[in-house]
Amino acid sequence: MMRRVLGTGLLGLLLAGATAPGAVAASPTAQSSPSTSASTSASASASGPAAPVTSAGTSFLTATALAAGRDADVAAATGDYLYWEFAASAGQTDTVRVDVTLPGSADRHGPQSWTVELFDGLRRRQACTAGPQSGTAAQGTGTLSLSCTLRQVRSWAEPWSEDPLPGTYYARLSVSDVPQTDLGLAARVRLHVAATGGADDAQPEGGDLKAPLVPPVNAGATAPPGATALPSASTPPSPTAAPSPGGASVAAPVKAAEHWYSGLFSGWNSRWGWTLAGAALAGLAGIGGYTLTRHPRGHRGRRVVREEVRRYEEVS
Amino acid sequence: MIIRRRRSVRSAALAAALLTVGFATVGVLPAQADPSPSAGVPSSTASAAPTEAGAPEAPKVDLVLDVSGSMGISDIDGKSRMAVAQRSIDDVIDALPPEAEFGIRTLGATYPVSDKTDGCKDTKVLYPVGRTDKVEAKTAVATLRPTGWTPIGLALRGAAQDLGSGQATRRVVLITDGEDDCAPPDPCDVARELAAQGVHLVVDTLGLAHDDKVRQQLLCIANATGGSYTDVRTQQQLTDRVKQLVTRSDTSYRATPANVTGTDQCATAPLLTPGVYADREKFSEHRVYRVPVHAGQELRASVSVTPDRAVALDYGVLLRATDAAGQELVRGTDAGSGRTDVASTGLRWSAADAPSGSPSGGSSASSPSGAGAGARTVCLVVSNSFAGQAGVQNDPGLPLELTVDVANASPAPAGPALGLGRGWIMLLVLTGAGLLTGLVWGWIARWRISVWREN
Repeated sequence: MMRRVLGTGLLGLLLAGATAPGAVAASPTAQSSPSTSASTSASASASGPAAPVTSAGTSFLTATALAAGRDADVAAATGDYLYWEFAASAGQTDTVRVDVTLPGSADRHGPQSWTVELFDGLRRRQACTAGPQSGTAAQGTGTLSLSCTLRQVRSWAEPWSEDPLPGTYYARLSVSDVPQTDLGLAARVRLHVAATGGADDAQPEGGDLKAPLVPPVNAGATAPPGATALPSASTPPSPTAAPSPGGASVAAPVKAAEHWYSGLFSGWNSRWGWTLAGAALAGLAGIGGYTLTRHPRGHRGRRVVREEVRRYEEVS
Repeated sequence: MIIRRRRSVRSAALAAALLTVGFATVGVLPAQADPSPSAGVPSSTASAAPTEAGAPEAPKVDLVLDVSGSMGISDIDGKSRMAVAQRSIDDVIDALPPEAEFGIRTLGATYPVSDKTDGCKDTKVLYPVGRTDKVEAKTAVATLRPTGWTPIGLALRGAAQDLGSGQATRRVVLITDGEDDCAPPDPCDVARELAAQGVHLVVDTLGLAHDDKVRQQLLCIANATGGSYTDVRTQQQLTDRVKQLVTRSDTSYRATPANVTGTDQCATAPLLTPGVYADREKFSEHRVYRVPVHAGQELRASVSVTPDRAVALDYGVLLRATDAAGQELVRGTDAGSGRTDVASTGLRWSAADAPSGSPSGGSSASSPSGAGAGARTVCLVVSNSFAGQAGVQNDPGLPLELTVDVANASPAPAGPALGLGRGWIMLLVLTGAGLLTGLVWGWIARWRISVWREN
């Protein structure tokens, strides 16, 4: 009877141990929605969705930054090049969705094609893994929907590769083909950036990009030809000597909090759960194995032992 | 005695069970708390804090308003173009941000259509660029009546003068209903000439007439200066658009690149520190810049080339990083086809771990910059494969924007965190190993008992 109790206990533990890693693995995905927290627009997003941004930049340098979970709703002219920027961190997969309300069909003279393109912080074109990135609207069509899903942002990549890395991303919406007579007509654009996944999914594991791909936005300064004092990476990329007229800003991923143990310990992740569960299971299996060898033939074996003990006691 | 032993086995098993549960819970709880500290949820942060002390210039906007005779035509919402423009400008003035410096220039406001010689020089400041007295500005606008000719080219030159010279980007908002009937100077040439002066002037155009020639001309002006063109159909659209452009002047003036002139070879190329630069590059010209990169640092560069004139359908841009000897290190490239405002690409590069052993180890010695020990000079070579359409001038070159950054290099990851494992196979292996150990241990114990009994 005792063995049965032990057996069921063992089974229960096995189950507990087995489900624990699953729970650990599942928990981050449920929480990684980036719309739940944002540093700058925290107050706005805390009480329902924030009001959409009503502007768009006209170049990489002037791109309008979109905080996490914030849409853009912009009045534009057909033919404008519209730029937005958003931040992505390792493990995220971002999707940009654009809905264009086209100018009235009475004013238009033919079909028009719109394209949304994504670029990383180094202005390198990023591939879309899903979504119609460009679309053509016939003259009578009133709206057009485009979307582009980025590859999952990697935590590290070789400098020579073009993999998506944590940092700033640019979305550019443009009209790629239109009769010239239709340029300048009023259109309305709605843009939404959604992100799934979190740091726990980031590949390669243990990878760490020392500085996110956030481009400098302030004017640079040419050094004199014989300069010995060189810019060091420890100083921020905004040289004080630069004749920058103002402080420009750029969307950058939030830095992870630094703790005293950050150097020793890379942080909690589901591997801890799996490994601890594995250790526990191994321990229990060890106990189980040991118990098996001690009582190889169940009750009969026990009886044998008891008889042996009695015989031993008689002898002594 | 045996019972005592069994009891100890049981309590050990119980302790192990408790520990397992404990560990499992511990494993679960921090994992749930995990995303908050380390997930790096994105948000928009100003990486460079705005420094008010470093902002000597305010955003400047000059509105150039066409007051030619044709503005009297009533074809927008049943009102005359002039009335619509005046009302919109009133609204815009009311909504001006307090720090903006705003001015108004008119063209064709003085001389009647009968006087072409004077009419084609007819452009003057209605309200000077500066802190706006809203009442005064609105009164000045209200006095305007549609009168004369349309010397857009001259008006643009005048607007550039009104805005003065300075580091910040300035905007001209041109509202007109007709093409320039006073050329020369051709307004598009004037726009290109202003852009080429490197004074960071952007011209946004708004057309009130839906005429092919007007559209063509205004598109050309906007293209040449990186501005936008709007075809105005309603008063509301005009008001909203001008407000939007005024707001844009605020963002664009904050991000003004530094002018630089690249050379055709690495040895004489300008030495760049991190930041944004602007230059001009002709069709199939190469421009070279140098950036010093220390060991353990990573070079990041990106480049954008803007086709500001009529170019062929297909295009491309190439950014190469070479060492001082001309050996290519890495390249970034992009190509495309069709309508575009910019072709851009970028690259990352960091030195191998042992800079002395690298094939181009002699580069720091041969680098003529004397940039200091431990620094390698990397040359950035920018080229483009835009081609101008027939009759398009090559000079000045296409606007080019270069960003340069030097960051800490990121070494290749060593592998998963602390060698921890994951997955069902690992659980199976660990459990199997545990079972095996238990069995072996048990058998050894049995063997020892039997040995002991025999003796």
